[in-house]
Amino acid sequence: MANNQNNYAMRTESNGTSVHARRILAYTVLVLVSFLCLFWFYLLFINSTRSNAELTRGFTPFPSNYLITNWTNLKNGTLPIFSGMVNSLIVAAATAALATYFSTMTAYAIHAYDFKLKKFMFTFILMVMMIPTQVTALGFIQLIGKMKLDDNFIPLIVPAIASPAVFFYMKQYMDSVLPLSLVEAARIDGSGEFRTFNSIVVPLMKPAIAVQAIFSFVTSWNNYFTPALVLHTDSKKTLPILIAQLRSADWLKFDMGQVYVMIAFSIFPVIIVYLILSRYIVGGLTLGGVKG
Amino acid sequence: MKKKFLSVVLCATMVAGMLTACGNTAATAPAETPAETADATDATAETPAADTAVAADEGKVLNIYCWNDEFQRRVKDHYPGYTEVDATTGTIGDVTVKWNITPNQDNAYQNNLDENLLKQADAAADDKIDIFLVEADYALKYVDEDVTLPVADLGITDADIADQYKYTQDVMTDSNGVLKGLSWQGCPGVLIYNREAAKEVLGSDDPAEVQKAVADWDAFSKTAAEMKKAGYSMTATTNDAYRVFSNNVSGKWVQDGKVVIDENIMKWVEMSKDMADKGEVASTSDLWSEDWNKGFYPDGKVFCYFGPAWMINFSMAADKEGSIANAGGWGATEGPQGFFWGGTWICAAQGTDNAVLIADIMKALTTNKDIMLDIVTADSDFVNNKPAMEEAAGKDEFAFDVLGGQNPLAMFAKGAENCDLSNQCAYDQGCNEEFQKAMKNYFDGNATLDEALAAFKKAIVEKYPDVTAE
Amino acid sequence: MKKTSKVVKYNKWGYIFLIPFIVIYLVFQMIPLVTTIYNSFFENYRSGLKIIGPNFVGIQNFITIITNGDLPTYFKNTMIMWVMGFVPQIVISLILGAWFTDPSLRLKGQAFFKTVMYLPNLIMASAFAMLFFTLFSLSGPINSILLQIGVIKEAYQFMAHVWSVRWLVAFMNCIMWFGNTTILLMAGMMGIDPSLFEAAQVDGATATQIFYKITLPLLKPILIYVMITSLIGGLQMFDVPQILTNGTGDPMRSSMTLIMYLNKHLFSKNYGLGGALSVFMFIITGILSLIVFKFTNSGEKN
Repeated sequence: MANNQNNYAMRTESNGTSVHARRILAYTVLVLVSFLCLFWFYLLFINSTRSNAELTRGFTPFPSNYLITNWTNLKNGTLPIFSGMVNSLIVAAATAALATYFSTMTAYAIHAYDFKLKKFMFTFILMVMMIPTQVTALGFIQLIGKMKLDDNFIPLIVPAIASPAVFFYMKQYMDSVLPLSLVEAARIDGSGEFRTFNSIVVPLMKPAIAVQAIFSFVTSWNNYFTPALVLHTDSKKTLPILIAQLRSADWLKFDMGQVYVMIAFSIFPVIIVYLILSRYIVGGLTLGGVKG
Repeated sequence: MKKKFLSVVLCATMVAGMLTACGNTAATAPAETPAETADATDATAETPAADTAVAADEGKVLNIYCWNDEFQRRVKDHYPGYTEVDATTGTIGDVTVKWNITPNQDNAYQNNLDENLLKQADAAADDKIDIFLVEADYALKYVDEDVTLPVADLGITDADIADQYKYTQDVMTDSNGVLKGLSWQGCPGVLIYNREAAKEVLGSDDPAEVQKAVADWDAFSKTAAEMKKAGYSMTATTNDAYRVFSNNVSGKWVQDGKVVIDENIMKWVEMSKDMADKGEVASTSDLWSEDWNKGFYPDGKVFCYFGPAWMINFSMAADKEGSIANAGGWGATEGPQGFFWGGTWICAAQGTDNAVLIADIMKALTTNKDIMLDIVTADSDFVNNKPAMEEAAGKDEFAFDVLGGQNPLAMFAKGAENCDLSNQCAYDQGCNEEFQKAMKNYFDGNATLDEALAAFKKAIVEKYPDVTAE
Repeated sequence: MKKTSKVVKYNKWGYIFLIPFIVIYLVFQMIPLVTTIYNSFFENYRSGLKIIGPNFVGIQNFITIITNGDLPTYFKNTMIMWVMGFVPQIVISLILGAWFTDPSLRLKGQAFFKTVMYLPNLIMASAFAMLFFTLFSLSGPINSILLQIGVIKEAYQFMAHVWSVRWLVAFMNCIMWFGNTTILLMAGMMGIDPSLFEAAQVDGATATQIFYKITLPLLKPILIYVMITSLIGGLQMFDVPQILTNGTGDPMRSSMTLIMYLNKHLFSKNYGLGGALSVFMFIITGILSLIVFKFTNSGEKN
């Protein structure tokens, strides 16, 4: 490792100017990209501090002083925003948990065992990954109706157990971090297969699970399409549906200031969840890495 | 890590729970005041006593389906005997009122209503829909079916509703001539003009003088050219005038299962294209967009809008310093043709077990002159009651600040008399929406007229598979 | 002999661990897929409150879709907008990934940049589209800025031009997803054995050469993963163009995607025509997936 660094150091010295130039370029691009990423949050914040009448005036780069008013109006309105947030949390957290845990399990089945249908199953799962969810939306609604699961969280959560894309990632990751010898060793120690999976495999997969947990959580949190088809009762609705509801308020109550406050309100929890899990993305994930 | 995460979630949930609790107390506290006022009106006004209304052998739950809380507020503030329990429940006597509010977005309100109306026969008595609300654009979809109860069956006679504007009843009359719903509102519209621009270009901001410049569509176009010279746009968007044309058609959108484009609608296309090409309208954007809003301010340089009373009062940024409305800089005149915009109708659902109570609510809100005058004062609605509006038209207290002290009610009343809605059909909503969307392509120069018309027909067939286009 | 039976004993766990996936897949995806296909042979929709059908019509729904000829157009729109967004997305992600993993650059504040990149994905697509709509409207800030610095003489109608709408959609997708891609690619890059880079450097390879000769080939599996998932996401493109164009896909449906078209048939609960459309989409994705698998397989051989 020391040798390694020496090598780099030598290189850096030999073409220091070029590295310097590249570094300036890299910082410039990164700052620009970061601006493009953060700008939207700034916009949301500005807009949520403005009254509806001010919003009709178009854009200004400075905040106004209606944040509290907008928030009070929203909170005292007819929309159950807090139960909406709890619902969103339940659905998104459960989806993320089920998707990552069972996809890891499925990936482990393909990775660690040799059985007749192994090749077929792997190909099959990759094939079904290709079917867009919306293609079967019509059939899905009918099925939910027949199963009497209308207006219920189950059709939003349980299907996450079969998430081909998450599986695919887990499989790729497992190939690089999980040597089968480790599993063998556990067997010799007398560990049952299920226990081995839970106590050895899952902890090893933590970084990958964190990444996919964030992805699944965010996707589910922001999903409007399926929940809008399934949920009907106000007290069961998730935040994206309530935002849509707010946007269709009547002329007397139509208030874009409230809409923006609500959007900001609904982003807040995801940011927290993301920041908690992001250390794996920023640091942890790179420890393992993925090889084909 | 997991523990930490869990504790964060738990905290969040707890905080959310606490906030909910706070939210509830905050929400109920101010709600008590209107309830008291309702009690007060109960005592003074000679209104049908709520007790007698519900004394009959009736259901104990009144389910009301609507898309916002407008009607809820009218009932809360003006129907004697209504007490609010929380945001979506209330009581009238010993009957519980349940409000089922679904937004209009993506057609969700109608989807939800349709599902429940189809299940109505099998639903338990307390789950059956009793009242649902509709808008004019799709009223016939429900009125022409058995799902709505004729108003006469509720015991409301023609004499009871003689003071209502005829167009509000036309909207709710089915193809056999049976009236099936009533409204407390009238939403006739006028041409709302920028007084500053009128003075500058037309030499006067007097409604009678301005009317001469917009008396018919030819005059309207001529004025548009003059406005353009002075740096003003005639309207903010091409869609502004659409409603005025579509309210004055000579035939229905769909005839014998085939979509027919009326001559008057084509006149709108012709005029709008001409104005768009000459730059006499500010944009081809949708109503309610930023480009539409900008004329609410002096630097938006827009001459006129078409709108009803509610738009003047609530949608033109009157509460914003610096807007034309805030300075009372608008004027109102009749404009080229009569039209209406908006309005909510009350329907009784077939299968309801609260017929007497529904009849009482309908009578109180849509025929009782005293209650309706209260609505005018409290909510600035234009109500569906000729004597009430005639009375209000003569009073200075009903002058509109937004209009610089002008009282436009007489103008509205005249417009309401002239509205002719005999050419409505169940497909109006989709047809009007898709037509304006398709024509935008033509106005923007992205399609020829024929291509745009073809795009419209394609969209209609997708939306209504039972309608043919050729 | 004993050893084999033991292996067999363990391997049955392969099946056991697959059970949850298979069961859930069969119930929640296979059944809807089959009913969707079944529905496609019937006339079945709502007209107002009336339910029309189901009446068996054979392949009439498929004929309707083929004869009106719209499907290829919407497929083309979808793919154009996907490629327009995906190419810059993958390029930016590769460059950023390379910079982050390049030890000679020693970039400071990496944790900040890496965290920030994924943030746009947290905003709901619909909220994001609303913001864009405001920014790019005729009287919006982008137009006023462009007017002020004199780039344009009069306000540009972003929503009324085919390519500006498509670029906006692509740009939004790119912003929303490049962080996701960068994270995945970075993971792949960090997994490459550092000794390979050392060897290359000893041989005097430049940074560019190392990137093309070592990083890129070794990154192929993860690149394929990114491509496949992004292609699937691209084919499912819906909310961004739907909200940006108010569901019209205008101008003249040049930004209407396949799912937006499918969504049009949900209005009248048209199970028949919608089902037939889904079958076509199934076939399209099937063909595309075969092409991608060809790539994957050749990659494995190498």
